[in-house]
Amino acid sequence: MNASVSSTVTPIGAAVRRKEDHRFITGKGRYTDDLDRPGQAHAYFLRSPYAHARIRSLDVTAAKAMPGVVDILTGADLAADGIGDLICGWMIHSKDGSPMKMGSHPALAKDKVRYVGDHVAVVIAESLNAAKDAALTVEVEYELLPAVADLAAAQDGTAAQVHDCAPRNTAFEWELGDRAATEAAFARAAKVTTLDLVNNRLAPNAIEPRAAIGEYDAGDEAFTLWTTSQNPHVARLVLSAFVGIAPEHKLRVIAPDVGGGFGSKIFIYAEETVCAWAAKKVGRPVKWTADRSEAFLSDAHGRDHISHAELALDETGKIIGLRVHTRANMGAYLSTFASSIPTYLYATLLSGQYDIPAIYCEVDAIYTTTAPVDAYRGAGRPEATFLLERIVEKAARERGEDPADFRRRNFIRTFPHQTPVIMAYDAGDYDASLDKAMELADYAGFPARRAEAERRGKLRGIGFSAYIEACGIAPSAAVGSLGAGVGLWESAEVRVNPTGNVEVLTGSHSHGQGHETTFAQLVSARLGIPIDQVSVVHGDTDKVQFGMGTYGSRSGAVGMSAISKALDKVEAKAKKIAAHILEAAEGDIEFKDGRFTVAGTDRSLAFAEVALNAYVAHKFPTSEIEPGLKEGAFYDPTNFTFPAGCHICEVEVDPETGVTEIVNFTAVDDFGVIINPMIVEGQVHGGLGQGIGQALLEGVTYDADGQLVTGSYMDYTMPRAGDLPSFTVGITTTRCPSNPLGIKGCGEAGAIGSPPAVINALTDALGTEDVPMPATPARVWAIARKSLSARAARQAAE
Amino acid sequence: MTEATKPARVPVAMTVNGRSVSAEIEPRTLLVQYLRENLDLTGTHVGCDTSQCGACVVHVGGEAVKSCTMLAVQADGMSVTTIEGLATGGALHPMQAAFRENHGLQCGFCTPGMIMSAVDLVTRFGPDLDEKTIRENLDGNLCRCTGYHNIVKSIAAGARAMGAAATPRAAE
Repeated sequence: MNASVSSTVTPIGAAVRRKEDHRFITGKGRYTDDLDRPGQAHAYFLRSPYAHARIRSLDVTAAKAMPGVVDILTGADLAADGIGDLICGWMIHSKDGSPMKMGSHPALAKDKVRYVGDHVAVVIAESLNAAKDAALTVEVEYELLPAVADLAAAQDGTAAQVHDCAPRNTAFEWELGDRAATEAAFARAAKVTTLDLVNNRLAPNAIEPRAAIGEYDAGDEAFTLWTTSQNPHVARLVLSAFVGIAPEHKLRVIAPDVGGGFGSKIFIYAEETVCAWAAKKVGRPVKWTADRSEAFLSDAHGRDHISHAELALDETGKIIGLRVHTRANMGAYLSTFASSIPTYLYATLLSGQYDIPAIYCEVDAIYTTTAPVDAYRGAGRPEATFLLERIVEKAARERGEDPADFRRRNFIRTFPHQTPVIMAYDAGDYDASLDKAMELADYAGFPARRAEAERRGKLRGIGFSAYIEACGIAPSAAVGSLGAGVGLWESAEVRVNPTGNVEVLTGSHSHGQGHETTFAQLVSARLGIPIDQVSVVHGDTDKVQFGMGTYGSRSGAVGMSAISKALDKVEAKAKKIAAHILEAAEGDIEFKDGRFTVAGTDRSLAFAEVALNAYVAHKFPTSEIEPGLKEGAFYDPTNFTFPAGCHICEVEVDPETGVTEIVNFTAVDDFGVIINPMIVEGQVHGGLGQGIGQALLEGVTYDADGQLVTGSYMDYTMPRAGDLPSFTVGITTTRCPSNPLGIKGCGEAGAIGSPPAVINALTDALGTEDVPMPATPARVWAIARKSLSARAARQAAE
Repeated sequence: MTEATKPARVPVAMTVNGRSVSAEIEPRTLLVQYLRENLDLTGTHVGCDTSQCGACVVHVGGEAVKSCTMLAVQADGMSVTTIEGLATGGALHPMQAAFRENHGLQCGFCTPGMIMSAVDLVTRFGPDLDEKTIRENLDGNLCRCTGYHNIVKSIAAGARAMGAAATPRAAE
């Protein structure tokens, strides 16, 4: 039935249709909740209904007697078994040199709960309904403590302390840049633009909820864990080396089809930890699947910054300094990568596309009694871009000049360019993306469109966002020196079978990005074999030796580079073998279009013939060349990659309803070399949907008691098809110089570039900078009224 | 709760993807649970608990229904089609083919419900669907991956293909 999978060789740059689609469109996908293990029991987590409380007592006796209950486990059981805490794997030091204050984070609470949804106990029963019924009868006595729900007030001496180790709820106070040089720049500035802004908290909302199945084989004394993870090997490493579930070689982690992640499925959470541990304790597989309410409560949230920013200009409008102070919400515990997000993935992008000589950024990471906050599509770079692109637009308006002209004056044009915030940009052409975006968006025609809309009683605005981001995460030694606990290389093994077809084992793990197609496309192009002869294997620690997983827009730049290195080795060995068979010198063998040819002759072998020879091993000296054709590689990036582009958003606001219509969204991006443009456009579209969602619709809200108000799709507004336009997408290209394929990566750019474009358009339409995210109709309506009556008053006075 | 007060099981019988099925189930069993857990038809997914995401859409009696918001017993005696039953005789349904051709899916989790809703759109509005109609009528289907751009393209193309094939109403 899958006759539509191409049996041709697929070139780089072709819009090859996806191989994996077949199972998804016919309902044969294998997501974690689709799997059942023989004899499995069901887990249900008892969660704290309070934001902040001590656990005075916890009595599970009555609950254990409920029908169908297999066992009920608590934090005391976890501690008795010597199971360690969940970890944050990136050490950040404060300005005073002290290490970050990492509050203890057990998978089941010991003596305190710190957010609504925090894990108190796990009920394991024959059915989910039996587990839920029993959970209601667990007797917990809580001693309520004051909630710390307001980020802005959490560092006051008066707020309760979330962790004993963190006075003033401050996990760390960090800085980056040159404070003295920046102060000097501000001292001599002709003009200073200031802006206070909030980057609103978001819930990731992959449509597949998190799930896990833990299983213990008493005969092998080994665990298997199925988990909705973007990085099964990282999960295995953390669970073995830090949490202590089992030695690494006795723990197999399988991430089957994963239905979206956006960062939220990177982290090692309480639930899969407990499912693995509990499987051995109860002697049965333990299965857990989140419902959407639990997802809202306990999937790591994203963003949540309060920032004050100042931009110093000279008299010509050149930026001479940027000063930023950010308060970043960490939530109740430091999640797996949380400390890196508002530091090395944020402040290092504050130069943007601009030649800014002096930058200084301070970040306070603050605990509150809310869900942990960690990476969410863009992870730090949307926060940096939002701040910079809004203050730049504001500065342009204060000077009374076109925002495109202001940006051009400040663009970086020579490369490599060392920014004052660690990042050294290798290649780019920011004028090209700006020019193309302005053309595609018909920027020149906007004044006429605005006037026409006004005649209909509508307000139009247009906004720019010239973003750059740093991804292809990441050079291992570099991030190690900045506090990362792991290297961020990637691995690949290319196995050529005797019959000439190929398996690629990759440490990347697709959760929607189409690796089974794009990775196969790369191999097909390189080896000159049809794409249906190439399989991609991922997501199982028993099959793939190690990998760092998929996030940080790294699978193209890093994952594919590893495959490319492995392919280099395959080609080199195959040439050696071909030389023996063709009785020629190795140096005379050329490999092109899937054939090994003796230069200047018509004597050649097809790839499949060489493959068979490699395994038959009759015709070459096996004392010099080992039989077989299988090569692996680990690729460590030499730099971050720097996708960049220009987004232009045009909105039309109805002041009577506050509804904002996006009449056009233009995204022009430079991703370096593109393997499959269809896949890349899809990534851009998805990122734009999430960025526009952040700007206009989405926002996690906790009340003063730390209760999650936006706890379901009734209250948290997800973008729907009717909320979004069709997008105008364009590409410019400067090849990435730092990896063999020239790829920059594209997975997050849409979510990074779009929010400031939308808000800059709205502030333009409404005539005020004071437009918060999400700019819901209610908020926009109120602002429009105020703005229109102020304008009427001004006109009356004239 | 004791054995005596355990909910009694009730019989239910229906046709699913052309096959007659029956079982004794707890009355509180949702249709999506019956499909996924009793019949192993795991193509229909659960994505939320407030009936908004649409990952669970199937056809009951020829109409699109959110199977998370229907009890299995409510489908008693009816004909149900799930994503697994859409293709016929080894060939993909034109809407399925259109989703692949137009890159209308990424992680695939919302896709079964999206395709079932799309087929229902054609049943209700005919094969010439404009962008506005498609977008407005997808308010019951959430996708986090695609930004909907290619889903809209896929549905328009799939609808045209269905019209060209003069496909009758969705397979019962």
